[in-house]
Amino acid sequence: MLMTHILLRHRDIPDINKLNVYKSNGGFEAFKKVVTKMKPGEVTDAVKASGLRGRGGAGFPTGVKWSFIDNKIWPHYVVANADESEPGTFKDREIMESNPFQFLEGVAIASYAVGANAAYVYLRGEFWQVAKFLDEKIAEMGEAGVLGENLFGTDYSLHIYTHLGAGAYICGEETAMLESIEGKRGTPRIRPPFPAVYGLYGKPTVVNNVETLTNLPMILANGADWYKNMGTPDSAGVKVFSLSGRVRKPGNYELPFGTTFRQLIYEHGGGVQEGRPVKAIMPAGASSSFIAADEKVLDTQMDYAAVRTLGADLGSASVIVIDDTVSMDWVINKTIHFFKHESCGKCTPCREGTYWMMHLIEDIRDGGHSTDNVDLLLNVAKQMQNKCLCPLGEFSTMAVVTGIERFAQDFTK
Amino acid sequence: MSLAEKYPKEVKQILAKYPPEHKRSAVMPLLYLAQREDGYITKEAMQDIADALEISVTDVGSVVGFYTLYHDKKEGKYRMQVCTDLPCALRGADQFMESLCSNLGIKVGETTADGLVTLEAVTCLAACDRAPMFQIQSGDGLKYYEDMNVDKTMELIEALRKAESNS
Ligand SMILES: Cc1cc2nc3c(=O)[nH]c(=O)nc-3n(C[C@H](O)[C@H](O)[C@H](O)COP(=O)(O)O)c2cc1C
Ligand code: SF4
Ligand code: FES
Repeated sequence: MLMTHILLRHRDIPDINKLNVYKSNGGFEAFKKVVTKMKPGEVTDAVKASGLRGRGGAGFPTGVKWSFIDNKIWPHYVVANADESEPGTFKDREIMESNPFQFLEGVAIASYAVGANAAYVYLRGEFWQVAKFLDEKIAEMGEAGVLGENLFGTDYSLHIYTHLGAGAYICGEETAMLESIEGKRGTPRIRPPFPAVYGLYGKPTVVNNVETLTNLPMILANGADWYKNMGTPDSAGVKVFSLSGRVRKPGNYELPFGTTFRQLIYEHGGGVQEGRPVKAIMPAGASSSFIAADEKVLDTQMDYAAVRTLGADLGSASVIVIDDTVSMDWVINKTIHFFKHESCGKCTPCREGTYWMMHLIEDIRDGGHSTDNVDLLLNVAKQMQNKCLCPLGEFSTMAVVTGIERFAQDFTK
Repeated sequence: MSLAEKYPKEVKQILAKYPPEHKRSAVMPLLYLAQREDGYITKEAMQDIADALEISVTDVGSVVGFYTLYHDKKEGKYRMQVCTDLPCALRGADQFMESLCSNLGIKVGETTADGLVTLEAVTCLAACDRAPMFQIQSGDGLKYYEDMNVDKTMELIEALRKAESNS
């Protein structure tokens, strides 16, 4: 690939995790510029104009989210979502491990834009070593004078802290994450109020994904138009696609929105193992609907809107490739077990529904492919939809419903 | 001995991360600290943390119960947590787990007779492109092992066993 990277810049500049190397490649200049020359509102406007949308799954416009922050209540907080627990997603980890300063500079820019003097990076507990590494990098930034009190001779101050989770997918949901930082069980809050009004410690809070934040230094350095020129009209810029499953070369690929599934899977991912055909694609990890692959699907240009026309969501762009050796009852057995394990138990439809789905799919898998069992499973999944307190419950039904409906032959053995 | 007596520097650093009026936030990092020595958290440690943060021991216990990386029982010194989630399973994680079980002579969830290794199946660890993979959790933290195979894994366990008998 000829294009140089914007996020995975360590692939072009291997030592970019060293402070002096990051600095000599323009590091912290964007943060310095915004703090010394721009008003917070101007930073928000620039991010709005860039078209940047949140990379944590929902694709919500980042600048718009920031503009919801309540300026009547103080202090404000920024929380970086580094929980990365969606099966099939492993991009934030690579960014933090290999290009940590750009991520942290992004946290700093977001903090300035919303007037936060403290930011927390919430990492899943398994990222123990990443957290230790980030702590070192944060300390180096303090020594270099880009974090701490009175930055660049202004009255703006900022501290960044890491907070480790302890193994709970639900803590990736932003309100559960806030509960977790507050020292409680990580269960979602009822919304509204949204975090922009009532967030961490009940104060206005912006939660953004690691990849979202890592875009910011480049956008502020190169301008909104530069960024908007990449990608598609619907989805500006570049995305890190985590490609996994039955491909020859799984891994992270940073590509502009508008790249087709075919390009991702065949040009970058080396095609399917043993040259088999692609049977199904899960574009958003285990929370995905299945897309039944055909030529038209493979030639679809991936952005948030286009993937929706295929009856799925792009989500965090964790593309799991399934080939024709795999049966969908086996796949949904895996996804149901995942969600059964991760349901926080706060609301009944999700707690009981995932439990019931698990028993049904185990029966089906063990040879009970009776239409009764399959119909009941489909029914339970549909009953859960629109009834759960947070999206996890809904997520747990996506693969079940689309698996049974789009691959009926796999359930009639 | 309380955590603050045992690890004064760490406790201070942890508390400094959060606003003083919200010191309950320190419960998770303090639990990790309490787990450091023996790989699990005792009732006394929970009480100690509850006292330090001025919350009830029930609150502390409910946090321990909610998160999978906290343990209130002694198990193997090393918890080998193999990812068998969908993306890894599409790359042979289930077969890998089966061979580990037969090589170690234990089932998933069990501990080797010498108390060295507890074998666990876990959900996605954000390393799906490097399956088969697992993490090892010990009191001292977590470490990833990626692109593994059974031979490499058995060698690793042997090395842990040797280190153990030398210490
Ligand atoms: C069950 C569940 C799990 C989630 N997990 C993550 C996650 O691991 N990482 C993440 O960034 N967002 C995750 N999200 C989305 C967050 O709630 C939130 O929308 C996101 O962090 C906002 O950041 P963004 O606007 O930059 O995307 C999850 C949402 C739900 C409902
Ligand atoms: S939908 Fe599931 S994960 Fe979400 S609050 Fe309800 S029980 Fe918890
Ligand atoms: S599925 Fe095993 S690390 Fe993601």
